[in-house]
Amino acid sequence: MPRFATVLFLAGFAFLLFSLTLTLGFGEPPMRAGQGVLDQAVAGTGAANAVSAVLLGFRGLDTLGELSILFAAATAGGLVLGHRRPGGDGPPAGAILQAGTRLLFPLMLVVGFYIVLHGHLTPGGGFQGGVILAAAFFLPVLAGTGAGPDHALLRVVEGLAGTVFILIGLAALWTGGVFLEPLLVDRGALHELFSAGTLPLLYLAVGLKVGAELAGLLAHMARAGGGEA
Amino acid sequence: MDAYIGPLLFLGAAGLLAIGVVGMLLSNHLFRMVLALVIAEAGVNLMLVLAGYRWDAVAPILQPGVAAQPMVDPIPQALVLTAIVIGVGVQALALTLVIRIREAYGTLDMAEVRARMEVDVAAAGGGEATGSRERPAGGRPLPGPGALPEPPR
Repeated sequence: MPRFATVLFLAGFAFLLFSLTLTLGFGEPPMRAGQGVLDQAVAGTGAANAVSAVLLGFRGLDTLGELSILFAAATAGGLVLGHRRPGGDGPPAGAILQAGTRLLFPLMLVVGFYIVLHGHLTPGGGFQGGVILAAAFFLPVLAGTGAGPDHALLRVVEGLAGTVFILIGLAALWTGGVFLEPLLVDRGALHELFSAGTLPLLYLAVGLKVGAELAGLLAHMARAGGGEA
Repeated sequence: MDAYIGPLLFLGAAGLLAIGVVGMLLSNHLFRMVLALVIAEAGVNLMLVLAGYRWDAVAPILQPGVAAQPMVDPIPQALVLTAIVIGVGVQALALTLVIRIREAYGTLDMAEVRARMEVDVAAAGGGEATGSRERPAGGRPLPGPGALPEPPR
């Protein structure tokens, strides 16, 4: 009975999880690395947001790997679904939907770029803002008022953003540091928009890349969804 | 009261993970399996964030004009941010595959898709489909439990 084996496995799995988490203790984390990161975050990267400091300053190479995974997923999605004509089989959008889409688009752009550019100061950053940008460009497809973003343009933006990210990392290597080390060329004052060296530039590259990839993927899936099966 | 909050939160996270794994293993519908994967990911992320929590601490972001105070561990939060983004990539790829399967076979029922896929793979290789649990060799009907001995593999 495969079902019985499944249930047995799950019971053991749940027991393992519960006993693990219950012995872990809550509110007193056993990790020591976090305090070290908090102590060095401002001096090492100049960012007020310690999560951003970890993401781009201390583990920049991980973030590059994360971007490559997202790129691989987007490329594979495009490969699996192939190139299709936009299927306009839905009913035409009403006046309210069309006006709402047009009204919302610039607002979402502003919010998205704000979140991307303030990633080193406030909660937010390239990934969160990039998703909002992707949603802004996907709005016409959702509302049925347009064909969505232009794939050639998306490819250019995505490639440029990825190149900029790697070039900033190489610049750190060239100035004698390690790859993707935070470059504090223009340190600025803490809590100012132009501070933290290359960190906002890296986040801008991340935001554009994530936005372009997600918008392309969503457009691909929306075109495929119109087919009758 | 405080003594119960921690285990309760961990219980919730582990419960989400368990629900997701149950769904993935017991579900017979491909889209529901993707949804179960999403739930399991949410459980894992919640568990990671909880592991970095401290009672006396604030979010790990310095505020202008506020004196330094203890902060929660930023590393699990950064890890979860990475995990969420990778999860989105995995979900998107899984959904594109689901879309293609539905286009090719017209169904998302896993047993049916698997049986038809085996026939297709065998045909592409130029041979006959060997038997499987869903489609026994030779077109015989599926024997009921205990009606026939297990065929040798």
